[in-house]
Amino acid sequence: MDKNIIYSIKSLYRESMDIVGYTFGFGEHSCCVVGALRGNEIQQMAICAQLIDTLKRIEENGGIVPGKSIMIIPCANNYSMNIGKRFWPMDNTDINRMFPGYEQGETTQRIAAGLFKSIKDYVYGIQLASFYREGEFLPHVKVMDTNCRSRETYESLTDFGLPYGLIRTPQPYDTATLNYNWQVWGCHAYSLFSNYTDHIGRQSTQTAVNAVLRFLVIKGIIKWALHRGMHTRVVIESLIKNVQTSRAGILKKHVAVGDEVAEGDLLCEIIHPLEGNTIGRIESPVDGTVFFSYNKQLVMEHTDVFNIIPFSYA
Amino acid sequence: MIKSVSVAALPVAENLIIQKNRIENNAGPACKRVCVVTGTHGDELEGQYVCARLAKILNKEKQNLSGIVDIYPALNPLGIDSVTRGFPMFDLDMNRIFPGSPTGLVAEIAANDIIRDIEGADMCIDIHSSNIFLREIPQVRVSEQTAAELLPYAVMLNVDLVWIHASATVLESTLAHSLNTRGVKTLVVEMGVGMRITENYCKQLVDGILNMLHELGMWNGHIEQVRKPLVSKDYRIDFLNSDAHGIFIPSTAHGSHVNAGDRIGKVIDPLLGTLVEETLAPCSGLLFTLREYPVVFGGSLLARIMGDSKNG
Repeated sequence: MDKNIIYSIKSLYRESMDIVGYTFGFGEHSCCVVGALRGNEIQQMAICAQLIDTLKRIEENGGIVPGKSIMIIPCANNYSMNIGKRFWPMDNTDINRMFPGYEQGETTQRIAAGLFKSIKDYVYGIQLASFYREGEFLPHVKVMDTNCRSRETYESLTDFGLPYGLIRTPQPYDTATLNYNWQVWGCHAYSLFSNYTDHIGRQSTQTAVNAVLRFLVIKGIIKWALHRGMHTRVVIESLIKNVQTSRAGILKKHVAVGDEVAEGDLLCEIIHPLEGNTIGRIESPVDGTVFFSYNKQLVMEHTDVFNIIPFSYA
Repeated sequence: MIKSVSVAALPVAENLIIQKNRIENNAGPACKRVCVVTGTHGDELEGQYVCARLAKILNKEKQNLSGIVDIYPALNPLGIDSVTRGFPMFDLDMNRIFPGSPTGLVAEIAANDIIRDIEGADMCIDIHSSNIFLREIPQVRVSEQTAAELLPYAVMLNVDLVWIHASATVLESTLAHSLNTRGVKTLVVEMGVGMRITENYCKQLVDGILNMLHELGMWNGHIEQVRKPLVSKDYRIDFLNSDAHGIFIPSTAHGSHVNAGDRIGKVIDPLLGTLVEETLAPCSGLLFTLREYPVVFGGSLLARIMGDSKNG
């Protein structure tokens, strides 16, 4: 394993922020895995850390295929992480909205440029991503449906062995993300979502680590004994049913992520925050699986509290 | 007349309400309508004084108005109320989610309500105030795509500069882009600095808005002589970013003319008492952007200069 600083930035009164890449194997730049770009992506960093620990053992056992190399970048924003902020400490900008970056630009543009320069030429790119909504997901992997996406990118969604593979039509604000720009540069890019962001789930961490290792095995980058994972159902993201609140108040959930529900099943109630009575009941609009569950106690009107993947799209 | 543009219930005994003030006179079916919007970013306050002053003048001299002026002082009222740039409880920049969605989250529904409310207007002026880090002279920013159509209107607004910038996909989700693609000519004004009000700039812009209303045949009241702005396509623009970390001390007044080689400011290290970096003007021209917030990282923007000519 080689450990290299791939980008560094200094602050007035803090130690320098070094973005460290851990490389296994030699030769072709086969796969790069990027963890936390935001300060609250703790699970994403922890997945990378466990991945590095496992890859050390794999390398010691001769499991890295000759001529292939893997780089893992567990954290590209410890300045934010160490002070409990999601975005950049100074100006609250998001590194994952700055790609491909600009070397002469603002600070987070420079960080994105410095990072991207080191990772853009990998054959496969995996970002351990987090979503802008707070809640719990079923683990899944996602690709952007850009013009640059090749058939192989799409077909490889199933190689992670996660229960769902999503295809997303990018919005304008997606065009400055790492995933999108990786694809523009010709990399097969995936965003891997585990259950949590600022909480480390032991089982979900292991699920994500296994998903990456499984992908590396199937792509012929490592040799390692691993079960094949789950059958992956590929879903167009826009076909997922968003279930929104029509009232505001305290959220009382009756189902959890992963539950299978039938049309008409009670998903949650909204409780009056001052008087305690039920002011709203939300039922499932379809037969399906609860894919996302909002995890705040208070909800506004029009909050997405559940996403449900229908059993069928009829 | 005060109208609600978007309403959504918050969890505990409160509604989020986005309001506008409609001021109208001789408002027949074919009359013109101009919208003045601000407060998309909760830390940008210059537009607050513009709205207040404009409403005061129009209400006082309503007889001189022909048509409708809709004033939206706070597209992000929770942000303004909580000194928060973004839409509280929502991770994305509000000016990156337009045109929103009628079935989306609260911020997306609000964005969609705003678009639907403004749709059909003849003109929209979207007022911003940079951020807390940079001070800007009054300027209109238009994309290359819309420059030909918007430039004749931009020069009416009594600003010092019209900056025509390159189009970027990520900007397709701004309010201005969404409105321009729907046929509402929309000008983005940037001036002053975040979290502050620069009274002179606000008065300058109000004079410009009254001049525009006059040019559109909507205002018969007094108007001031407006200034002729510099237009960026005729000049070079230089960005001066810090390559060091430290405290920036400006040494040239914002909005002044500088000569090539002049010192714009310096970056110092307070712990060591040393000079870390000097910022020198790469060309002669107008110092139209100057850093306001002293702490800098490598990459922090310190200044922008519009050169005296295209080539410097």
